[in-house]
Amino acid sequence: MGDYKLIVENVFKRFGAIEVLRGVSLRAKHGDVICIIGSSGSGKSTFLRCINLLERPNQARIVLDGTEIVLKPDRSGELNVAKPRQLREMRSKLAMVFQHFNLWLHLTAIENVIEAPMHVLGLSKRDAIKRGRENLAKVGLAQQLEGRYPAQLSGGQQQRVAIARALTMEPEIMLFDEPTSALDPELVGEVLKVMHQLASEGRTMIIVTHEMNFARNVANHLIFIDKGLIEEEGPPQELLANPNTKRMRQFLAASR
Amino acid sequence: MMDLIKEYWQQYLWGTEGRPSGMVVTLWLTILSVCLGFMLAIPLSLARVSTNPIISRLTLAYTYLFRGTPLYVQLLLIYTGIYSLHAVRATPLLNYFFRDAFRCTILSFTLNTGAYTTEIFAGAIRATSLGEIEAGRAFGMSTLTLYRRIILPSALRRALPAYSNEVILMLHATTLASTATIADILKVARNAASDYYLPFVAYGIAALLYLVVSFLLVWSFHLAERKWLAHLRPAIKRMG
Repeated sequence: MGDYKLIVENVFKRFGAIEVLRGVSLRAKHGDVICIIGSSGSGKSTFLRCINLLERPNQARIVLDGTEIVLKPDRSGELNVAKPRQLREMRSKLAMVFQHFNLWLHLTAIENVIEAPMHVLGLSKRDAIKRGRENLAKVGLAQQLEGRYPAQLSGGQQQRVAIARALTMEPEIMLFDEPTSALDPELVGEVLKVMHQLASEGRTMIIVTHEMNFARNVANHLIFIDKGLIEEEGPPQELLANPNTKRMRQFLAASR
Repeated sequence: MMDLIKEYWQQYLWGTEGRPSGMVVTLWLTILSVCLGFMLAIPLSLARVSTNPIISRLTLAYTYLFRGTPLYVQLLLIYTGIYSLHAVRATPLLNYFFRDAFRCTILSFTLNTGAYTTEIFAGAIRATSLGEIEAGRAFGMSTLTLYRRIILPSALRRALPAYSNEVILMLHATTLASTATIADILKVARNAASDYYLPFVAYGIAALLYLVVSFLLVWSFHLAERKWLAHLRPAIKRMG
């Protein structure tokens, strides 16, 4: 148990009468790159969003760095944190990259990157800018562009800024929610390249994606979710070459 | 006509020592009521979008009341109506407050512009994109930080064009103060008009002065929009 950075067990989530997740679990060690695949509506994004409690599960156990997040059911039967401070602390260790970037539109690229480090972690502006610039350079954003607003950047540039924003929190684990799904095909590569580089630096990443090649080449663990359950999981190369279940064979055939 | 100007120009602009009048009073009325209305509208707009139905509906009751009745009626109610109540005159503090025309005028102007501004800001807050709020939460921001750093800065920027309209309307609404004996531009114009029986000249000068103030307001909002709404302008080629 001790060497797992993140343990998520038995996540159940209902939206009204619809059971979106029916007991999904995941364990991540330091340096793991876990890809989660599945058709749309399978619950894979909901599962990722349950990890940092953007979605409130009906049942779950979450242990981050050996500390269990204390969860209590509220009147509607959804779990809520018992201590808001513990939630904020957990979220600051799990930086998220969204499908639609979700950059703060009234802030420039560099301001987006330093916002949470300054106002959540309490970094001084000078330190935050120093850290932020390093990360903008790492994701390959030219320094002249740091003063631009999101609306003045391409989709690929925006998503790279969003990755730099997540990196500047120096998170334990990075969560990616379909980071390339909203991008034009020719911009997908630049974002995947940055993610590939992060993986090779040994960062712990959990990625919901449709990019099978990326999953095959970069991930060390692949999870296939179908109808709210883990249908198959294992090393990506084996799993993608020889899926055991009919459902996964269908899925792979359809996404080719 | 020259006699009118010679006698009244100073009153039109700033009045005499100890008795300010004209443009200075109009500006002071506008600035004071707009600033107080702004300070009122910030907490109230948050209350207006509150998920607590009681808080939200109470705020709606206030904005509905003050947007649903003419400002003139509100001014009369507050200035002459409230002071006619025995209970008010019998309470020293209330008596002191409502005795004074200027305080009553500022109170009614503030409550009125505060109601409109509340709805403008509340609309802008509601229009904040869910994704940006979610990003704040995902990065561990507390609700207070989220409002202070993300929701309000982005909403107030978005509200700027509608808000500038409200400020200019408020400037024009200050003319009602003259009915409560306040010596604003219009009051001076009335005096001048009846003194010289030259209404066209007297009110023409007033119109020009209002035009000048409006222009200054429009211009400063234009500068503010350039600064605060830069993120909505299309990509500019700043570099090669």
